[in-house]
Amino acid sequence: MKKAYLGVLTLGAVAMIAATFVSNAFADSDFGKYAVGDIRSGYTYMTKESKAIQDDDFENPAMLWLEDGEQVWGKVDGKAGKSCASCHGSASDSMKGVAATYPKYDKKLKKLKNIEQQINICRTERMGAKPFKYESKQMLGTTIYVRNQSRDMPMNVSIDDEAAPFFAKGKAFFNGRRGALDMACKHCHEDNAGNYARANLLTQGQTNGFPTYRFKWQKPGSTHRRFRGCNKNIRAQPLKYGSDEYVNLELYVAWRGRGLPVETPAVRN
Amino acid sequence: MAKTKARVKAPKSAKKGEAFQVKTLISHKMESGQRKDKKTGKKIPRHIINKFVCTYNGKQVFSADWHPAISANPYMSFFVKAADSGTLEMAWTDDKGKTMKKSTKIKVS
Repeated sequence: MKKAYLGVLTLGAVAMIAATFVSNAFADSDFGKYAVGDIRSGYTYMTKESKAIQDDDFENPAMLWLEDGEQVWGKVDGKAGKSCASCHGSASDSMKGVAATYPKYDKKLKKLKNIEQQINICRTERMGAKPFKYESKQMLGTTIYVRNQSRDMPMNVSIDDEAAPFFAKGKAFFNGRRGALDMACKHCHEDNAGNYARANLLTQGQTNGFPTYRFKWQKPGSTHRRFRGCNKNIRAQPLKYGSDEYVNLELYVAWRGRGLPVETPAVRN
Repeated sequence: MAKTKARVKAPKSAKKGEAFQVKTLISHKMESGQRKDKKTGKKIPRHIINKFVCTYNGKQVFSADWHPAISANPYMSFFVKAADSGTLEMAWTDDKGKTMKKSTKIKVS
């Protein structure tokens, strides 16, 4: 079955990916807190050198962005003369556990929202300030700062009730083929996690560490930047940052990683 | 770009003659000079930190010349032998001649 699948890919002139899906023997390893049953954090796929950078908060370069976020948290901005702290107080109390439950259904918007969008809702509606641009330094910093307050808490998003139809859409996106290579997320991250696509070790595509400092990017990036990168790799048109499709997908992927600890800010290659 | 941020971590105290570790991290884009602007096709000028110096009570104890292959947000760690109580000062100098400094105090007994 797998051979036939590879054959089809090769015929599709997929030189890049067809090269090899070489098996990677990782059997029976102990991943500690970074795995729950068969669900494995991207951390477990990294080399020990890369892990060391994440393990040491001083060495982790994403902490520079976290400091930016901490400043944003306390800084008054906008017409209302408020900062995040004016309403939410100390982030270590009020934001604890938040990262584990987003994306969430919003009654007013009648759709899902993620943390980035919630930050901008607060900024525009309550603070009377300008929204942050999606992949800007402030947005990444604030998201990292907020998500970091839930570090080591298990991912636990709600997929019931109002969130259910959006969850279904996210699931369909994950399993749906797209792009010139006609591939779905699941082909790499479910069927071939732990195998190599050329030199690249495929992971399960978990989002528990986002925004993640990626060596390739030389800076942290959001889940949606990662989604866009994946979509480009399979020669599909990437969608907009914060688009409904990506937020739905974000919920599905967060649910796939249920129980994994929030690692924000993680370090990945 | 927000302000450059530097972080330095060294022990607050050490025994005389003992070697202690200093860890440093600075935010910098470290533009290599090899890339082109996608829109204009013009080369983006090189802008990296080319010199890192650590002085211990005014005396240079460690220095490094950095080149374009050093990653963004460079991390550097090294060992220094404790001599006297005083100040460790790190200085990063970039291609535009700007020097960023950060210091930390150490007590030697």
